Amino acid sequence: MAEKRHSEYILETIHVTKQFGGLVAVKDLSIQVPHQSIYSVIGPNGAGKTTFFNCITGFYKVTEGDILLDGESIAGLRPDIIVKKGISRTYQNIRLFQNLTALENVMVGHHPRMKAGWLGAVLNTPATRQEEAATRKLAMELLEFVGLKGVEHELATNLPYGMQRRLEIARALASEPKLLLLDEPTAGMNPSETEEMTAFIDNLRKEMGITVLLIEHDMRVVMSISDTITVLDYGEKIAEGKPEEVRANPRVIEAYLGRGAATQHEAKAA
Amino acid sequence: MDKEIKFSWQDIIKYGVIGGIVALYVVLIGMVVTFKERYIIAETVNLGQIALFSPTFILAYFAANNARKLKSLIYAIVVGALVGAIVGVFVAALLVLASHVNMREVFLNVSPELLKILHFGQESLKGASLVIVGLNLIVGLVGGLFALAPRRWSNALLVGAALVTLMGILQELMSITFGTKDWYKPLGEFIYAKKGLSWGGTILFFVLGMLFSLWRSSPGLHPGARVAKLPPKQQQGVRIVSFLLGLAILVWLPKFLGSYPSEILTTVGIYVIMGLGLNIVVGFAGLLDLGYVAFFAIGAYTVGILTTTGKLATVGWNFWMALPVAIFLATMAGVILGIPVLKMRGDYLAIVTLGFGEIIRILVLSDWLKPYIGGAQGILQIPKPEILGYEFKGPQQIYYLVLIGILLVGYIAWRLRDARVGRAWKAMREDEDVAEAMGIHLVSTKLMAFATGAAFAGLSGAIFAAKLGSIFPHSFNLIVSINVLSLIIVGGIGSLPGVVVGALILVGLPELLREFADYRMLFYGALLVAMMLVKPEGFVPEKTHARELREQPLEPEVAPEAPAREAL
Repeated sequence: MAEKRHSEYILETIHVTKQFGGLVAVKDLSIQVPHQSIYSVIGPNGAGKTTFFNCITGFYKVTEGDILLDGESIAGLRPDIIVKKGISRTYQNIRLFQNLTALENVMVGHHPRMKAGWLGAVLNTPATRQEEAATRKLAMELLEFVGLKGVEHELATNLPYGMQRRLEIARALASEPKLLLLDEPTAGMNPSETEEMTAFIDNLRKEMGITVLLIEHDMRVVMSISDTITVLDYGEKIAEGKPEEVRANPRVIEAYLGRGAATQHEAKAA
Repeated sequence: MDKEIKFSWQDIIKYGVIGGIVALYVVLIGMVVTFKERYIIAETVNLGQIALFSPTFILAYFAANNARKLKSLIYAIVVGALVGAIVGVFVAALLVLASHVNMREVFLNVSPELLKILHFGQESLKGASLVIVGLNLIVGLVGGLFALAPRRWSNALLVGAALVTLMGILQELMSITFGTKDWYKPLGEFIYAKKGLSWGGTILFFVLGMLFSLWRSSPGLHPGARVAKLPPKQQQGVRIVSFLLGLAILVWLPKFLGSYPSEILTTVGIYVIMGLGLNIVVGFAGLLDLGYVAFFAIGAYTVGILTTTGKLATVGWNFWMALPVAIFLATMAGVILGIPVLKMRGDYLAIVTLGFGEIIRILVLSDWLKPYIGGAQGILQIPKPEILGYEFKGPQQIYYLVLIGILLVGYIAWRLRDARVGRAWKAMREDEDVAEAMGIHLVSTKLMAFATGAAFAGLSGAIFAAKLGSIFPHSFNLIVSINVLSLIIVGGIGSLPGVVVGALILVGLPELLREFADYRMLFYGALLVAMMLVKPEGFVPEKTHARELREQPLEPEVAPEAPAREAL
């Protein structure tokens, strides 16, 4: 997947604002995500993180601003076009195709990279058969990669929670994305599962060369794998930088723990 | 233990009362009298009696099943018998009441004939009441015992009984069939008495049904499992051979059955084609379409207008020229309906499509279009299709047209199901937003589902017009849409073989039982409610099919029945 790069950043958002009626969910947000990095967006509940994801994937139309994928504007495009261009995602509350098998779920993920149409399927042309077989093979490999070998034919709804999380990632990977958006991938996991998932995400970048944009609540996860962190509060960016910089930022502490904690911190530093 | 048994008194009374009310209902709507001439077993059991006693049996079974945890033979018998007796008391109470009050003023069906049947040959009211309670008690007892039998055996017994009932219902038809050719006359005489099955036939079919069921459920003998063990080449061979064998039987069937049964099969087949189409829209893509009959009507009327030689004659094409036009127009109608409803989901979609179906029906009836399509008088004199001098003139010939239609449409549906398009439909059914985020273009995918379904209905309508030779608006009522939807649900939503099974049960069975006409809607309603409660996945669910398609079974897989049994 060593494609030619057109821009220094795989993803760039330029003064993105999203408004629902009077409510400003995301306000004037600009971030720059370098190629093959792990970039995290954190913030308290309701800070607008998921809304921001929905803007990037085209599920919401941005009110103002622009979004560039490798230098090309994708703002205002339909979700199915955006995934074709190379962004795919997972959901905070797992949203698998419950009554399809694990294998089918991943094969659906490969949909945008396939061509077969109605007639090809009915006539069962050699091209269709080849494509189908290749997709199946790819899906099997992805399932093995995320550690779901052996449950390919189970219905998604019957899989345990942790497996469903990984299946969702496999499905997202099947569209061969350049940029993967993970929305709280460790939510509801116990510490050892979380550790496993953290290693897995790190591995994604190393083995597949995929850039990861991450929303996460678990600070240990964020601090251990992120290259850059952006902190949102009330839809606005209040801090940005390397993990250690963000950790020490009084505005971040204030947003997370309240004003008192921030003054204490400052007093200690002084 | 004591406490549990005491506690279940409530249950016994509850099940008994429910059974009693259902039994009274069956009696009061007149089923017992209507079906009394339908002998299943000659001179012994008729369909009316089956209708009378099946509530007892079913409720005794459920009551005993609930008590199953106790695993006590005596307990099951007692529970079953008590439930049966309570049901009996209800029916006996009706007898007592009817002898004192003139019930016919309110309940028309409480005729002297009914009372005579319910007396079971007894002179006195007391004797009759005792017999009714006693018979119900015995039936309930059997129901209780049945609940204790291992699942595999009780299933086998059920299949045996169902086969006997079915063959008994078929007696009138089959006697004609057997009478036509010399060489199977003796067989017919062995199986059937003057009315219903002979004892020999009863035992034969009961045993056949049981053996078949046991063979299917036996882990060592199960045909699917055994085929799956063969190497792929041989598996394919087995599939081809069994397909050809099935096809040969289907081709031979109308010759064997004769005219009337072929007519019924043709009607069933027309519904199968429609069912396969609606299954794509509802079953695969999850778009609830209640106006499906519109596309059927468009197909039928297109063929009618283009081919009729009657008053309304236009271009006078033959069937084969009109057929593609009919399918094309139906497909276009599918797309045109699809566009405005693209943004709608669930209930809203159902209501709009319902309206669309009504619009087409009202258009067909309208004065405005009357000069072209005949209004309420319909289109007459639609010629029969003909190919190379072979005329599809009667039901036995049209049957082949339907068969070809089913094979074609079934093949297309089967291909699409496991292809990229089919996966996109299913993904959309599961979660539209996520499907879009996975790169599925919702507009084109939805329209493709609507168009494909409509095309199948168009084909079905075209064949329907050719079969009848004349078409009238009343053939295109809302009820057709409901029938097609019901048969999909009964068969198993999303399942291809399910469509065939559903059509045989919901379309074929009522055609066989002419007395049934009055109870048709009741039967539909009861069956649908029962299906939703007991077997919501349908008779031939899609998932089992998917399991059969597995290349290799999973090691940690638990036998699917085991947990279900625990749950009971």
